[in-house]
This record gives sequence, C-alpha cells and structure tokens, in this order.
Amino acid sequence: MEWWHGLVEAVLPFDWAQYDFMKNALLAVILITPVFGLLGTMVIQSRLTFFSDVLGHSALTGIAIGVVLGMGDPLWAMLIFAVVMAVGINLIMRATQSAPDVVIGVFFAITVALGVVLLSRGGQFNKFTTYLIGDILAVSPEQILLLVIMLGVVIAYWMVAGNALVLISISPVLASSRGLLVMLVRTSFAVLLALAVTLSIRWVGILLINSLLVLPAVSGRLLARSVRSYCGWSVLIAFVSGITGLIVSYYWGTSSGATIVLFAAVFYGLVVLIRQIAK
Amino acid sequence: MECPESASCGKCCTRVMGLFVRLGDLVLLDDINLHIHCGELTALVGPNGAGKTTLLRAILGEQAYTGKIVFRAKGGEPTRPRVGYVPQHLALDADAPITVQDFFAASVGSQPVWLGVSGKMRTVAKDALDKVAAGHLLRRRLSELSGGELQRVLLAAAISPMPELLLLDEPAAGVDTTGLTLFYELVCNLRRQYDLSIIIVTHDLAGVAPHVDRMVLLNKTIIVDGKPAEVLGDERLHKLLGIPLAVGAELPSDSEAHRRGES
Repeated sequence: MEWWHGLVEAVLPFDWAQYDFMKNALLAVILITPVFGLLGTMVIQSRLTFFSDVLGHSALTGIAIGVVLGMGDPLWAMLIFAVVMAVGINLIMRATQSAPDVVIGVFFAITVALGVVLLSRGGQFNKFTTYLIGDILAVSPEQILLLVIMLGVVIAYWMVAGNALVLISISPVLASSRGLLVMLVRTSFAVLLALAVTLSIRWVGILLINSLLVLPAVSGRLLARSVRSYCGWSVLIAFVSGITGLIVSYYWGTSSGATIVLFAAVFYGLVVLIRQIAK
Repeated sequence: MECPESASCGKCCTRVMGLFVRLGDLVLLDDINLHIHCGELTALVGPNGAGKTTLLRAILGEQAYTGKIVFRAKGGEPTRPRVGYVPQHLALDADAPITVQDFFAASVGSQPVWLGVSGKMRTVAKDALDKVAAGHLLRRRLSELSGGELQRVLLAAAISPMPELLLLDEPAAGVDTTGLTLFYELVCNLRRQYDLSIIIVTHDLAGVAPHVDRMVLLNKTIIVDGKPAEVLGDERLHKLLGIPLAVGAELPSDSEAHRRGES
C-alpha cells in the first residue's frame, strides 16, 4: 500500500489526501465503482433491480448468522448467505412460475425480519447500525485486495458472458436456440451480483447499496445508444460520483456512502434535464 | 407471388415422431407426427391454444416432451437439427441501448459487444442484413425499429450461420402488409437458395398461403396436413378457426357460411 499512499500524496496535495484512511477509501472507491457501474447495466437491462435490493438486505441475516456462529467478522457468513439467497430465489422462481416480484418480495420480508430478530436480541441492534449506512473510511489493505479480485472477476465475467447477458435479457428462448446455457448464465450473474453487493455492504451500507448499483446505470441508459456507450457512461458516472462523493463527505463530515449516492442522484437529475432540453 | 421451386438436395429431413406434451393431466400435444423435408416451407396454423408455440418450443428443446425429434442430414446419422429461431417479439424497453449491430454481434460473434463492435464484425453484419433488406438499419436501436424491420433483423441473425431448420413464430404480428409481403418473399428465397426446412407459425392464413408448400392445421394434434389450397378448403379449418374461406380455396355456399356464423 506504500506506493499508493506515496502516489496520492505526490499527486493530490489536498487536506484530505494526507490521511491514510482517505487514501485507502479513495482506492476502494476507484475499485468498487466500475464494478457497480458494469453490473448495474445488466441489472437494469434484465429487470433485476428489486432482486439486487433483496441481495443487499439479505446482508442483515448474513451478519446475524455470522454473529450467532460467533464469527468476529461475519463477511464469509454474509457472502455464503447471499449466494444461497441468489440461487434459492432463482430456483424457486423457476419451480413456482410465480411473478418474480412476488417471490422476491417474500424473500425480502423473510431475510429482513429474520436478520432484525436475530440481531436485536437483548437490545443489541445498535451495534450493527454501521452496516446500515456503511463506513468506507474503515477499509483495510486486506479488504482492498478482495476488491481488486472482485474487479478482475467482474471484467473477466463480462468478457465471457457479456453477450449472453444481452441476448438473454431480450429473448431467453432466442438465446437458448443459439446454444447459450440460459439458466447457467442467469444463476452465475445472480451469484456474481450477490458477491459484489455483499462485499461492498460494509463500505456503502445496506440502505443505499442498491442505489449505487441502479442510479449510474439508469443515467447511462438515458445517454447511451449502444451497449458500449451504455457500459461506458454507467462506469464513468459511478466513478465520478464515487470520487466526488467521497471527497465532499470529508468536508461535510457526512456518511461517504450516502454522499456518493446523492451525487449519483444529482447526475441522474442532470441527465434527465439535459434530455428534456435536447428534445 | 408464387414461390419458385426449391433447389435443395431433398435428402435432409426433420422428423417429429409420436410427440406428446403433457402438463399434469392436460395434454397439450397429442401424438404429433411430422416429416419435414429440406427446401420445404411449412405453415403451422391453428386456433389460439392449439399448441403451435408449444410444438416450436419442443423442437427448440425448451419444452419437455415424449417422443422423438430427429434430424438427418443427407442420409447421415440422426442428430439434433441446427435450429434458427425468429421469436414473435423481444422483451425490449423503449430506452434499451442495444443497436442492430450490437444485437447481431452478440448473437453471432464471440467478441464482447460492451467493448464495441469491430469493423470486421460490422462488415459481416452489414452483409447479412443486406440480404434481408435491412443493411441501412445497422446503427439503429432495436427499440426504434418497426415490426417488419425487427422481423428482418431477427431473420438475418437466425440465418447466420445458415440453420438446417428455421422456425418463425408469428412473423405477421404487428407487421403491416407491405412489410409482411417482403418478409414472406425473403423467406421464400431462402428456402430456394439453401438446404433448409422452414416452419412458420402464423394466423395470417391468406397472406402466407401463396408462399408456402404445405400447411399443417394443428389443434392438440394434427387435424389436416397438405397443400395450402387443400387445407384452406377443408371444412375442419373453418370450423376450428370460425373464419370465412380464404385465398386459393373453394368457397362454401352462402347458407353454410351463414349457419356457421350463427352457431
């Protein structure tokens, strides 16, 4: 991490850039936002916004399971639980033929209720509120390594399955007639989403993680004409909102995750305005 | 326009044998037997709920069935046919940022379209789209296309590479007459130029009749199977669909048509 700290100090002669926690947070934002920008494009395109919201909220139960099992850091419990949820929702949707919102809504209720019940035993819930709004300033070098791996995995996945995701989103039957393994692609995307969301919960917070996924992609969609520009705009908007939000949150003394999401929302407002004027 | 005679080898065929599809106690398809030769353009017609789409889905491998679907190329070993499929519609939002070339490259190529469409792929796409009078649509978004344009773009992708069996699901839905005539002529030319069988599921009996070799009336099971004129003239077709006789068929007496209308 030394080289990074040195680099930031050399390049960014600002007040906030003196602190190691800000340097780490900056690196985390640089790594997380492209992941969310990319994943967001296909969350919107595949109409999975409610699904990804459940994945974020499933962290409550994941944390609770970790605590019940006596884990100091519930990250692995959260990751495993989120993956189980993602696969479970997919399987149940296929088996019951119910509307997706219905199945997802049921999972949403169960996972939040169960998580809150377990975490609030003996009036202890206050200990976990940090997970609700997140704390990007607490990111450690080891955790940054996980984010590097995540970014690598998402880019590799996009190289392999990006085309399949596009085709499946517009016609699963057509995709399968071209030899694509629709169920495998859908499930693997859900799992990847579960991993990315869960890994970032601690920095962005349960309440707003889905907004970080959705807002940049929604703005990008309004600006883009092609798949490439869609991904490009979404990543760019996520990235710029992330950096701006982080720095501004330092001066405002506010939650970084929420400030980042607020900037993403400002971008969305601007894009809508520009579109209206352009008409 | 009459479709010209086919120049295919006539040795490849797709056989559907003793095909059943059941959903619990419900029988959706009951003992379907079809023998489709290459170079043959078959229209699959029938009332709503007759199982037309279910049969297509079974052939596509999307629907569990009992029985057999085999393809035999030039007297070779039976295999699964290489299928091209043109869906009835796409799940497209009005703002979906997917261009025609994105769609084509994502379907046909292996390079990820989120990194852009290469010049080489663009040429391949342009050539394929030109064949279906859609070359000028390359950079348009899918959601901006008319029904007829979208059908042609889907057709271009479905025949890249050329399949052994081409399935067209309700191409008439949401397409105007001019667009439809163009589409039927393109499909006709395909089966004339290449060794492939084509099945077209449609409600547009009158429109499709002059272009097809064969018409199959389906209602859970095959009711009538023959030349379009025979099928269109068949009493059972009119009973099932409750429509007056269409092009190319003998008209029933007025009193008969009247009776049907009242019943």
